[in-house]
Amino acid sequence: MLSYFLQRLSGACLVVLGVVSIVFLLIHLVPGDPVEIMLGESASVADREALRTALGLDRPLQVQYLNYLGNLLQLDLGTSIHYRQPVAALLQARIPATGLLAGVTLMLTVLLALPLGILAAVRHNTLWDSGAMGFSLLGVSIPNFWLGPLLIMVFSLWLGWLPVSGQGGAASVVLPALTLGTGLAAVLSRMVRSSMLEILHEDYLRTARAKGVAPLRVILHHALRNALLPVITLVGLQLGALLAGAVITETVFSWPGIGLLTIESIQSRDYPVVQACVLLISVTYVMVNLLTDLAYAWIDPRIRLGVHA
Amino acid sequence: MIRARLPVLVLLVWALMALLAQQLPLAPDRIALEHILDPPAAGALLGYDDLGRDIAARLITGAQTSFMVAVWVVSLSLLAGTLFGTLTAYRGGWWDRIAVLVVDIFLAFPGILLAIALAGLLGPGIDNVIIALTVVGWVGYARLSRAQVLSLAHREHVQAAEALGSRRGHIIRRHLLPLMAAPLIVEATFGIAAVVIAEAGLSFLGLGVQPPSASWGAMIRDGTRYMLVAPHMVLAPGIAIMLVVLAVNRLGDRLRDRLDTRLINTTGGES
Repeated sequence: MLSYFLQRLSGACLVVLGVVSIVFLLIHLVPGDPVEIMLGESASVADREALRTALGLDRPLQVQYLNYLGNLLQLDLGTSIHYRQPVAALLQARIPATGLLAGVTLMLTVLLALPLGILAAVRHNTLWDSGAMGFSLLGVSIPNFWLGPLLIMVFSLWLGWLPVSGQGGAASVVLPALTLGTGLAAVLSRMVRSSMLEILHEDYLRTARAKGVAPLRVILHHALRNALLPVITLVGLQLGALLAGAVITETVFSWPGIGLLTIESIQSRDYPVVQACVLLISVTYVMVNLLTDLAYAWIDPRIRLGVHA
Repeated sequence: MIRARLPVLVLLVWALMALLAQQLPLAPDRIALEHILDPPAAGALLGYDDLGRDIAARLITGAQTSFMVAVWVVSLSLLAGTLFGTLTAYRGGWWDRIAVLVVDIFLAFPGILLAIALAGLLGPGIDNVIIALTVVGWVGYARLSRAQVLSLAHREHVQAAEALGSRRGHIIRRHLLPLMAAPLIVEATFGIAAVVIAEAGLSFLGLGVQPPSASWGAMIRDGTRYMLVAPHMVLAPGIAIMLVVLAVNRLGDRLRDRLDTRLINTTGGES
């Protein structure tokens, strides 16, 4: 287990270093002079040079890179040009909102996908099955920047049940979470279904049924537990899609999280903040994947021992 | 039978709208102040938007945007990804190890996050959208073709060619690529759906094509400000996106069943 752990950890570290390098290079991709674009044409020469020095853009590339890495190690993400405060503090203020949204969405996704997938598998090739899979196909095909406005239209404007946007009270998280979660629930329910279908024909389930175990208990206790293994990996992978989707969903609902901050800072040309947001989201994704892999190996010894079933 | 042809029909209409948009007598930018936010009626089947522009005309020019972007991004990504994945995997050793690391690094940016950042930094415009989405898109094809090469390289006909002393390029062209075509085509089909959504997403965020050029995503964004008075502004482009994406996904499913790519897919040793 320890060697597997170290191997995965060092792999993740390399990937993170690569991610940091790409994020560092992003600012150098800006066509023209990034300082001029950030400050606008009306800025004085003194201001420009001050910003150039502050961002270190006047130094050679490799010095900038090493400085960037060094600062990152001290969790120094630079200073926001727009807000004039440390980027780290900005992120800190926005993380709880995204965390709340992601948590509720994940919960909603699982609550939606598990029953749907199980139902579709147990009632294989019936109307239940095709209904659940129809929902799934629809869910994958609806982009969240359209689902969001649709939900607002129906539940906020016509029915008046839920607030249109912003964060305030428990009700305000419902529509964003639903918007963000539908696509994930669609993918996940497919996975639950196919994984359950594979397992429902296993001998030990027939044995359980023959012993007279109640049907519901056979499904939930005997089948689902084993079917969940591949599902866990998918949930880990999906968290990435969720974080990326949050950028659009938070924009739709003016949800004050990291995603909205990303878009706001792109619009205000606050490049240090853009870099930090992209870095935070990606590194979170890498970490979650690492943890998923480790959890998976911990649950299933075949993986950490490198034995193929 | 009609059910089976529906996806093809939708995609045909999409392509025709895109290809004929220039030829049709459309005026997507003409402003008719007296019609601002008018709902659908006989003269304008989809109504007018907040500036009094004909939504049907803008929908057709928007089809052109999404079609163009989809064709370019998928072709470029397919080409770059397949080349990268095939060459490095077939060479093996350090080439392969470094290639896997590069792919892993690009995959560490979830979804279209990197495209959002790139499009945001490069500035709006259709060519920047294509660049941003290709930078994100090629990785999937690279990973797929690597897995394919790894499983195909042990096939007898490849080993026979190697034993006969065929050159590397020859083996890749004649013995590997033809067998990899089916799964790559299936992946590219699903890729179209992803790119259509991604382009519309970038445009929705204001990072796509520049106004007054039409894009379905930008139309949705404009529409969200008038949802109470003019829901048709959001509905029309959204339904268009969803129809295209549904059709592409159905087509991809059917292609996968027809070409039966699973046989090769499951043996790909993906770490």
